[in-house]
Amino acid sequence: MTAITTRLDGPAVEREIAADMAKRAVPAVPVLLILAAVGWGFDGMASAAYAVAIVLVNLTLSAALLAWTARISLALMMGAALFGYLLRLGLVALAVIAVKDARWVELWPLGLGLIVTHLGLLLWELRYVSASLAFPGLKPRKD
Amino acid sequence: MALPALLAQVAGEDQIAFGEAISAGFAYGLAAIGPGIGIGYLVGQAVQAMARQPEAAGMVRTTMFLGIAFTEALALIGFVVFILLKFA
Repeated sequence: MTAITTRLDGPAVEREIAADMAKRAVPAVPVLLILAAVGWGFDGMASAAYAVAIVLVNLTLSAALLAWTARISLALMMGAALFGYLLRLGLVALAVIAVKDARWVELWPLGLGLIVTHLGLLLWELRYVSASLAFPGLKPRKD
Repeated sequence: MALPALLAQVAGEDQIAFGEAISAGFAYGLAAIGPGIGIGYLVGQAVQAMARQPEAAGMVRTTMFLGIAFTEALALIGFVVFILLKFA
């Protein structure tokens, strides 16, 4: 008889990846903020900072949901991935629409900040993950 | 009410605003459908792989999480286009 795994008890790699991304955001965010400030002034900088916060919360929430449900059941993880996508998309929309008329909000740096931060952090993380797939915390050697 | 009938009721500048709102809505809606299908397929295959080969679960979960985030970027781009079309 073949045993089929129905839940995962191992380390929560999603949390490690999300934490890694948050750490990598620390040196990258000032550059993004400066660029936004050069283009759109203080409002642009505040909007870009808000975009970075949205992306980091979104990734952390995604990781937390997947890690939590994987310990319960793989089927629940499947549901959490799909409904989590809807939920997080709704939360991102809510977070942006809630502030769109605020005086400190510039929509262009906010929108560009969302895309650039999300894709930038992912690509940066991918560089490390592709070098050491199962251990995302390891740095690749240069030699 | 059908779209052509609704369109006939509004005129001039209202029609342009109406068109912008409809386009922005479609842009966001369509941009969210693709990633939804993609994430469903991606996670389904990952769950199957983990159930069959639990010793590879760490690697599968890593690639699955990054895959979800990359797929989600498409929806995020659609949302940004919607926001910029509608409010900028």
